[in-house]
Amino acid sequence: MDGYFDRYAVVAVLLAIGIAVVAGGLFVNRLLRPDRPTPEKLTTYECGVDPVGDGWAQSQVRYYVFAYLYVVFAVDAVFLFPWATVFAAPGFGMTTLVEMFVFLGFIALGILYAWRKRVLAWT
Amino acid sequence: MNAWSLLAAAPVEPALPSIDDFGKDPIGIVILKSAVIFIVLMLGVLFGVWYERKLISRMQNRYGPNRAGKFGLLQSVADGLKMGLKEDLMPRTVDKVIYFIAPVVLGVPAFLAFSVIPMGPKVNMFGVETPLQLTDLPVAVLLVLAMASIGVYGIVLAGWGSRSPYAMLGGLRASAQVVSYEIAMGLSFVGVFLFAGTLSTSGIVAAQASGNTLTLGGLDIPMPSWYMVLLLPSFLIYIVTMLGETNRVPFDLPEGEGELVGGFQTEYSNSLKFAVIMLAEYVNVFVVSAVSITLFMGGWRAPAPITTFWPEANTGYWPLLWFFLKMVLLFSFFIWARASLPRVRYDQLMSLGWKILIPVNLGWILLVATVRAMQIEGVNRTMVMILGALVVVGCFAIWLRFDTVLQRRKEDRAAQVEAEFEQLQAEPAAGGFPVPPLDLPHYRGVAAAAETRANKTAEVPSGSN
Repeated sequence: MDGYFDRYAVVAVLLAIGIAVVAGGLFVNRLLRPDRPTPEKLTTYECGVDPVGDGWAQSQVRYYVFAYLYVVFAVDAVFLFPWATVFAAPGFGMTTLVEMFVFLGFIALGILYAWRKRVLAWT
Repeated sequence: MNAWSLLAAAPVEPALPSIDDFGKDPIGIVILKSAVIFIVLMLGVLFGVWYERKLISRMQNRYGPNRAGKFGLLQSVADGLKMGLKEDLMPRTVDKVIYFIAPVVLGVPAFLAFSVIPMGPKVNMFGVETPLQLTDLPVAVLLVLAMASIGVYGIVLAGWGSRSPYAMLGGLRASAQVVSYEIAMGLSFVGVFLFAGTLSTSGIVAAQASGNTLTLGGLDIPMPSWYMVLLLPSFLIYIVTMLGETNRVPFDLPEGEGELVGGFQTEYSNSLKFAVIMLAEYVNVFVVSAVSITLFMGGWRAPAPITTFWPEANTGYWPLLWFFLKMVLLFSFFIWARASLPRVRYDQLMSLGWKILIPVNLGWILLVATVRAMQIEGVNRTMVMILGALVVVGCFAIWLRFDTVLQRRKEDRAAQVEAEFEQLQAEPAAGGFPVPPLDLPHYRGVAAAAETRANKTAEVPSGSN
C-alpha cells in the first residue's frame, strides 16, 4: 500500500516546486522593481475617467445558474468515468449498460428541463 | 540486408511502464524530472509565444518580431525581463491578499497537470530504470480535469479581488465559459475510457498501441488504433472544447477590448503578475494539447508508417521527439485557428456549449457504449441491438422535434418582421414616431432591395458619378 500514495506524493513535489517558482519569482520581482506610486497610478481603470463607487458591480443572476448547472453536470460526468473503466470487465454485463442508460437519461432530462425553462437562452 | 527484410521487420516494442512502476523513483530522479518539466514548459512558453507571433505574422503577410536576436528569437525573453523590472501597481481599492494569490492559483495548477502526461516508455536515466513520465495515477485524467477546475478559481479571484467593474464582469464571464466547456470536455473523454478501460494516462497510450478487430456478423474489421479516428466525434468535440477551455480564438471572450477592456486581468497592469497570468494561459494550451495527444493521438508513439521503416522508433528517448512534433502540430493548429476564425458572440458560445456539444456528446456516449457492449463476450446481442436501435431512434426523434420547433420559430419571426414592414409602409407613424417612407431612393430598405434583386438592376455605388 506504500507505493500507492508515493505516486500522489510526486504530485505534491511538483506542487511544491510550482509554488516555490511562482512565489519566488514574485518575491525577486519585489526586490528588483521600482516603486513610485502616485494617486493617479493607484486608481482602478474605468474608461479613463475617475471610477465611481467602490467597484463592486451587481451582476446578473444568469451566471450563478450556470454555476449550478456546472455542479450538477460535472458530478454526473464524474460518475461516468468509473463506469466506463469497469464496463468491459467480466461480471458487468447488460445490467450495467442499462443502468447507465437510465442514468444518462436522467442527465439528459436535466438539460432538457433547463432548456425548456429558457435558462440556456442568452437574451 | 535488402529493403524487403527491413520492411518486414517487426517494430521493437519499448519497455512499457505499468501503473505500479510509478512512485518508486529515488527522490533525486523525481526532483530532476519535475525540474525538467518546469524548465521545458517555461522555455516552451517563451518560444511558443515567439512561434505564435511569427507564424501568425506570416499568415497575415507581415514579418512579426525580427529585432531581438536572430529571427527575433529573444523577443519573449526581452518582454519577460521587462515585465520583471517594471513597477508593479497595486490599486488602492483592491483586496490585497486575493489580488496577489490569484496569479499563483492560476499558474501552479497549470503546471501540475503535466505531471501525469506520458512522454515515453521506460528509459535508463543515470542507471535508474524509470518511465518518461513524472507519475501516473489510477485517476490521472481526473487530475487533469481537477487542475483545470482549480484554474477557474484563479480567474474568479482575479476578477473579484480587483474590485473594478470590468475585472469583475470579465472574471464571471470567463469562468462561466470555462466551466461550461469543461463539462463537454469531460464527456468527450468517456468514449476513450470505454475503449481503454482505464483512467491512467500511460494505460491509455498503451491501449492505442495497436488496433483491435471488431467482429461484426462474422466479419473481422480491423479498427484504427488511434482514438482520434476510432472516436472521431469525441475528438472533434474535444478540439472545440479545448479552444473554449483555454480562452483561445474563436472563444477568446474573456478579453474583449470593446466591452470589457482586459477582462479579469484589467487591473494587472504590465507587471510580473500579468506575466504569470500569460504564462498560465500558454501552459494551459500546452496541457490541453498534451491531453489530446495522450488520449486521442496515440501518445508518444511514432505515427503509423515510421515504425515500419524504423523498428526502433518507439524505444529509448526517441518518443520525446514524436511527442514534441505532435505538440508543435497541435500548437500550430491553435495559431491557424486564431489567424482564420472570427470570434463568436457570447450567446453563440454558450448555446454551442450547452445546446450542441453536451447533448451530442451524451448521444454519442450511448452509441459507443452500445457498440462496445457488442464486443464483450457473453452478452445478449439481440438485446444490445434493440438498445442501440432505441438510442438511434430516440436521438433522431429528439433532433426532429427540436428542428421543427426551431424552424417554426424562425418562420414566425420572419413573418413578424414582414408584418411590421407592411404596417410601416401603410402608416409611417405606427410605431409612435414617424419614419420616412422605406422606399425612398437614398434609403435602401427591404422593399427596395427586393425590387433590385427581382429586376436584376445593378446597384450604383455612391460616389461613382
